[in-house]
Amino acid sequence: MSEQIGVLQGSAGELEARARRLRRLILDTVHRAGMGHTGGSLSEVEILVALYFRVLRNIDPGRPERPDRDRFILSKGHASAGLYAALALRGYFPESLLEGYDELGSPLQAHPDMGRAPGIDISTGSLGQGLSCGVGMALAAQLRPELGGFRTFVLLGDGELQEGQVWEAAEYAGALRLPGIIAVVDCNGVQLSAPTGPSLAPERIADRWRAFGWESSVVAGHDLGALVPALEAARHGAGSGPVALVARTVKGRGVSFMEGRCEWHGKAPNDEEYARAIGEVGG
Amino acid sequence: MKAPGIAQREAFGAALVEMADRHPEMVVLDPDVCSSTRTSLFRAAYPGRFYAMGIAEANAVCAAAGMASCGLVPWVSAFAAFLSCRAADQIRVSVAHTGLPVKLNGSYGGLPSGRGGATHSAIEDLAVMRSMPGMTVLAPADAAEARAMAELAMAIPGPAYLRTMRCELPDLFGPDWRPELGRAVELAPGRDLAILAEGMMSARALEAAAILAREGISARVLHFGTIKPFDAEAASRAARDCGLLVTVENHARSGGLGSAACEAVAEASPCRVLRLGFPDAFLESGEDEAIFAKHGLTPGAIAASAKGALRDTEWRDACGSP
Repeated sequence: MSEQIGVLQGSAGELEARARRLRRLILDTVHRAGMGHTGGSLSEVEILVALYFRVLRNIDPGRPERPDRDRFILSKGHASAGLYAALALRGYFPESLLEGYDELGSPLQAHPDMGRAPGIDISTGSLGQGLSCGVGMALAAQLRPELGGFRTFVLLGDGELQEGQVWEAAEYAGALRLPGIIAVVDCNGVQLSAPTGPSLAPERIADRWRAFGWESSVVAGHDLGALVPALEAARHGAGSGPVALVARTVKGRGVSFMEGRCEWHGKAPNDEEYARAIGEVGG
Repeated sequence: MKAPGIAQREAFGAALVEMADRHPEMVVLDPDVCSSTRTSLFRAAYPGRFYAMGIAEANAVCAAAGMASCGLVPWVSAFAAFLSCRAADQIRVSVAHTGLPVKLNGSYGGLPSGRGGATHSAIEDLAVMRSMPGMTVLAPADAAEARAMAELAMAIPGPAYLRTMRCELPDLFGPDWRPELGRAVELAPGRDLAILAEGMMSARALEAAAILAREGISARVLHFGTIKPFDAEAASRAARDCGLLVTVENHARSGGLGSAACEAVAEASPCRVLRLGFPDAFLESGEDEAIFAKHGLTPGAIAASAKGALRDTEWRDACGSP
């Protein structure tokens, strides 16, 4: 690819500052709304920063529908607060829009809606569907060279891997050695009501993808120094077949009393918790 | 009934091939039923635009949505029972909610299921599809209309569900027939009662009307090739003109054409509506015609039910009771 619009340069320190800012925006958003999936939004922060500020090609906040852009699908659509904060930080819309999150008439619906908010490549909200949508985008990129061979990144939750449809998509793409598709698993180890358990340990998840014919590896999901090159390598590797990256993360990352706790799956902090949380994340 | 014509599945498969050059954005996704739904015709003609998705309807529907988001117009052609129920959530979220131009072909709609019995008889697909916001639901009567409605589905900007039959059907419309979206077609005039039918049942309704005519009963026959958007005006006009509606559908009595008609006339011009179709029960194995007969869906049985309802209505009107 000759043109690489959308790849912002910057030091690792700048990326880390963006991650801190993203955490602060997430906490502001869910606290103000009084609802939201705080834990899973905080665990995906570095993945989103790496993608939106380094890895995704040809993304353009001024022209979100640009045909040759890399696509991003938040298959774990409930973690929308994280995505909206990342889009705001990247300039798709003003941060002030986050104030209306999940309110009547807001473009920022509880789950991402491509018909309402800019920068949403496809609507999600029912777990298990995003990878299949991504497979369709990768097929379109293959059929239509005029789209510039874009890549499609799909961010899944580890608990989401319990949905059988994920493995329908994995089987299809793996059997075909479908190029252009990258699955990223936010492996935070905790789902709504319990820890995910040993069958969803990162290495076992990586083995599953390999069994389905995908290239697969595990990466430290909060280490931008590891994550950016791993995502770049995945993007490159996807030229010849599907790639899965299992990101070892922590639910509620950055807020001590939220980390690793399933009660923070779908809850927003109250005033006192919010004050403590923003003190811890900075940004 | 006239001599059987072409099966709708054949007409649908041929329509895809015919449309392909005019619609370079069109692709076809197949959950491993292409020889049954006749998308095999498209596979032979345009192998580069045909996707064998394996036995995975959910993945196929969402992959189609992903393709549609990138400017393609995909058809997913599968058995109606599994497309409408197994992939219902995928159609709801990735297709209907997004409004993307994914075109769904529910093949083997209703009873003629290739003797598949309860699991393969799609008698609730219209109800499921009708409940999806933004979904256009089409139920063509014969091969010519199936072909024309495949074109119609391509012409509308959003998603569509086209229900086609496996079996050969009598010809009602000629090859030049161009149905209008959302408009019922009057197949026969009448004033004593009106028979409202969908899909393959419209030919039976016409035969039932001929039987009634021999008994001096004038039955209007309306064909609803579009189930959604529903032609409420045609149904209400029939209610006002005739005072008795008999709906006939290759579907459960709840949720399909009969329900749509009741909803329409209850709001506009209430009248008695007799709904003929399958009961709230699973179908079973057996010859198609034996099962249609068991549930009163032969032309003779439709005529008898209509006549009974007319007598009952006239008697009640004469007595002045509600």
